[in-house]
Amino acid sequence: MMNSSQMFGRRRATAALLTAAAVLSVGVGWFSTARSALADDAGKPIVIGHYGSLTGAEATFGKSTSNGIKLAIKEFNAAGGLNGRPIELREYDTKGDPKEAGTVVTRLVASDKVTAVLGEVASSLSLAGAPICQEHGVPMITPSSTNPRVTKVGDMIFRVCFIDAFQGFACARFAADRNAKRVATLFDQSSAYSEGLARDFKRAITKLGGEVPSEQRYKAGDNDFTAQLVAIRGTNPDMIFIPGYYTDVGNIAIQARRLGITCPLLGGDGWDSDQLAKIGGEAIEGAFYSNHYAAQDETPKVQDFIRKYKAEFGDIPDGLAALGYDAAKLLFDAMKRAKSLEGKDLAAAIAATRDFDAVTGNVTIGPDRNAVKSAVIVQMKNGERTMVARVEPEQAKE
Amino acid sequence: MADLLQILTMAVTVGSLYALIALGYTMVYGILKFINFAHSDVVVLGAWGSFFFAAALLPRMGFGTPLPWWAGGMALLFAMALCGLTGFLIERFAYRPLRGAPRLNVLITAIGVSLFLQNAGQLQFTLVRGDDTAQPPAPALRLPFGTQPQRMPTLLPDQDLLVIGEGQSTARLGSLDVVIIATALALMVLLDLLVRRTKFGMAMRAVSFNTDSAALMGVPVNRVISMTFVLGAVLAAAAGFLYVLKFPTVQQTAHPTWVLVGLKAFVAAVVGGIGNLRGAVLGGFLIAFAEQFGESYLQKYLGSGLKDVYVFSALILVLLVRPTGILGSPLREKV
Repeated sequence: MMNSSQMFGRRRATAALLTAAAVLSVGVGWFSTARSALADDAGKPIVIGHYGSLTGAEATFGKSTSNGIKLAIKEFNAAGGLNGRPIELREYDTKGDPKEAGTVVTRLVASDKVTAVLGEVASSLSLAGAPICQEHGVPMITPSSTNPRVTKVGDMIFRVCFIDAFQGFACARFAADRNAKRVATLFDQSSAYSEGLARDFKRAITKLGGEVPSEQRYKAGDNDFTAQLVAIRGTNPDMIFIPGYYTDVGNIAIQARRLGITCPLLGGDGWDSDQLAKIGGEAIEGAFYSNHYAAQDETPKVQDFIRKYKAEFGDIPDGLAALGYDAAKLLFDAMKRAKSLEGKDLAAAIAATRDFDAVTGNVTIGPDRNAVKSAVIVQMKNGERTMVARVEPEQAKE
Repeated sequence: MADLLQILTMAVTVGSLYALIALGYTMVYGILKFINFAHSDVVVLGAWGSFFFAAALLPRMGFGTPLPWWAGGMALLFAMALCGLTGFLIERFAYRPLRGAPRLNVLITAIGVSLFLQNAGQLQFTLVRGDDTAQPPAPALRLPFGTQPQRMPTLLPDQDLLVIGEGQSTARLGSLDVVIIATALALMVLLDLLVRRTKFGMAMRAVSFNTDSAALMGVPVNRVISMTFVLGAVLAAAAGFLYVLKFPTVQQTAHPTWVLVGLKAFVAAVVGGIGNLRGAVLGGFLIAFAEQFGESYLQKYLGSGLKDVYVFSALILVLLVRPTGILGSPLREKV
C-alpha cells in the first residue's frame, strides 16, 4: 500500500523527469543518435516503461506487477545489466482508467523514449496502450492481459500469460472433471476481460458436453446481485462461473450463500489477490479459480522466487507479481539476444523466445505473439490458496 | 412466488437506502437551489467512518472479536458525528463564501469538493504507531482509507427471521434487512417531525420558501443552511453505514459503486420532485422497485444487466408526464 510521502515523492520525481525530458528534447538530433549508436552509450542506463493501476479500484494489480518488475530489474542490474548497462524503470499510474492509460503510454514512448513497455494487467487498459506502442514501434509486453484482442493490435505487442480462450478451456475442463455439467455464468459486461472469458468458457464447456443454463450480467460498480442470483438459483446449476475481479466477488459470494445457493463457485485469474479471502470471508470458502501459478507449487524456481520476493516486499507474491517478474525477465533475455535495441530488432528477439524458463511455467511465444503455457486451478481453503489441479496447453488441442 | 418476495425484500431494503440519500439532495436543493454533488462522497465517508470505528478503533480500545453488542449502534453514531461535522465544514468553507455568486460557480465547487473527497480518501496514513511489545500487542491505528477494498466486520448477525418456500425457490427475510428498513424509516419519521413540528423546521421551510423574506423576519439564514447540511450529512452517514452492513465489501472512495449509488439517489430525488422530502422517499422506493423488478422480470425479454437502464427509463417516463417530479410543485419562473 502506498503512503502519502511515497506518492508525493513520485510526483516530484516525475516533475523533475519531465523537466529533464524537456531540456533533453531541445537537442533532438543528439538524442536520436544516442539511441541508435549502441557503442556510444556504454554504461548509460536502458530505460524501460511500466504502466499500471497503482491506485484505483484494482490497485493490487498494479502494485503487485510493479513489485515483480522491480525485483527482476534489481536482479538483472546486480548481475551486471546488459553488457554493463543497467536497466532503469519509468513507471506511471493508470488509475485503472483507459483514458489515463493512453496518456501515460504516450508519455512513455514519446517523451521518455523508452526502449520497451511493460503493462497493463486489465485487458481494457492494455487495449488502450497497445495501439500507441505499435504506432511508435516500441515493443510492449503485457504481463497478464488475457483478452485475445490485445496482441492482435500488431507485431509489437506480446504477452507472457495465457489467453482467455485457454483460460476458459481450463476452467471448463476443471468443471467437467468435477462432473459439473450445468454451469451458470455471471459476468461484468462492462469489462472486456470478464465478458470475453465468459464467452470462451461457454464455448469450451459446450464442447465438453456441458451447458450454460443461465447467463447473467452485471456492470462494474454493482454491489447488489440479488436479481441475477435469484435467476441463477432457479436453474439449479452444478457450479457458477464468475469471471470478474476480486473486488466484486466478495459481495457476489456472500449474497449467493444468503440466497441458499450451495454449489461451488469458479472464477478466473481476476480473483487472484490477497484481499479475496478477507473480502469474501466464509462465503468464498471452497471456491475455485484458475491462475497463472500457485504459491504452493513445490518446484524450486517458484519457491526461490517466493523467497526473494518475500525478502524484498514482505508478503507472498500473487500471480500478477510473478507475471510482472516473468515479463521483465523475458524482456531482458530478448535484449541479450537482440541485434540492437531498436524496436524492430527487439520485437524479433521477443518473438523468437522458445522454452523460456519462467516462474509461471515455460514460455514459448507463439506465432500470434501469445505465450503458450499451463494454467493452475486454485481452491480457497481456510482462507489460504491451495493448488488443486493443473491444465496443460496440450489438453486444449484434443 | 418466493422469488417475488425475495425481490420485494431487496427492493424495500435498497429503496430505503436510496431514500435516505435522496433526502440529503432534496433538502439542500430545497434551501439553496443547487445540487450538492459532494453528497454521495459524504455517504462514502459514512461507510468508511463506520468501518474505521468497527475495524480499527474498537479493536484498538480492547474490544476485539467478537465485537460487543453495542458496536453497531456506536458505529452508526460515530459515522453520523463524523459526517455531520464534514457536512458542516463543507458548507462553511466551500459553499458559504459563494453565497452571492452565480449558481454555476457553486455547482462546479460541489464537483470540486466531490473530487477532493474521492481522491483524499485514497490516501492512507498512520495515526498512531503500532506497538508490538505492549501486552496485548497494539496494532497500528491507520486511517483505513487507501486503495484496497476492505471487509466490513460483522456487526449484526444476519439471521433468517422468515423463510418462505423451500429448495431452489426460497424467500428469506434476514434480520439485517429488518434493521436497515427500520433504521431508515425511523430516521425519516424523525426528519419529518423535525421539519413539520419544530421551530427549526419552520425556519427551514421559511428559508426554502423565500430566503430574503425569511432573513427579514429574523430567521438566522446561515445557521439554518448549516444545520440543513449537517442533517443531510447525518442521513448520508446512516445510509453509508447501512449500505456496508448489507454489502460488506467496503469499496475504495473513488470506486464506481459510490458514484452509481449517489447518482441513483439523485435520480430518486428528481423523480419524487426535488425539494420535496416525502417525494424523495417515494422516489427512492420507486427507483429501487424499477431496478429490482426490471432486472428480475424483464430479463427474459431484454437480457440481464440492465438495472441502470430501468432506473433512468423510470426517470425519463416520470419527467415526461410530470416535469417537476411526482410530488414536485409546479415551477414558477420569476420574470
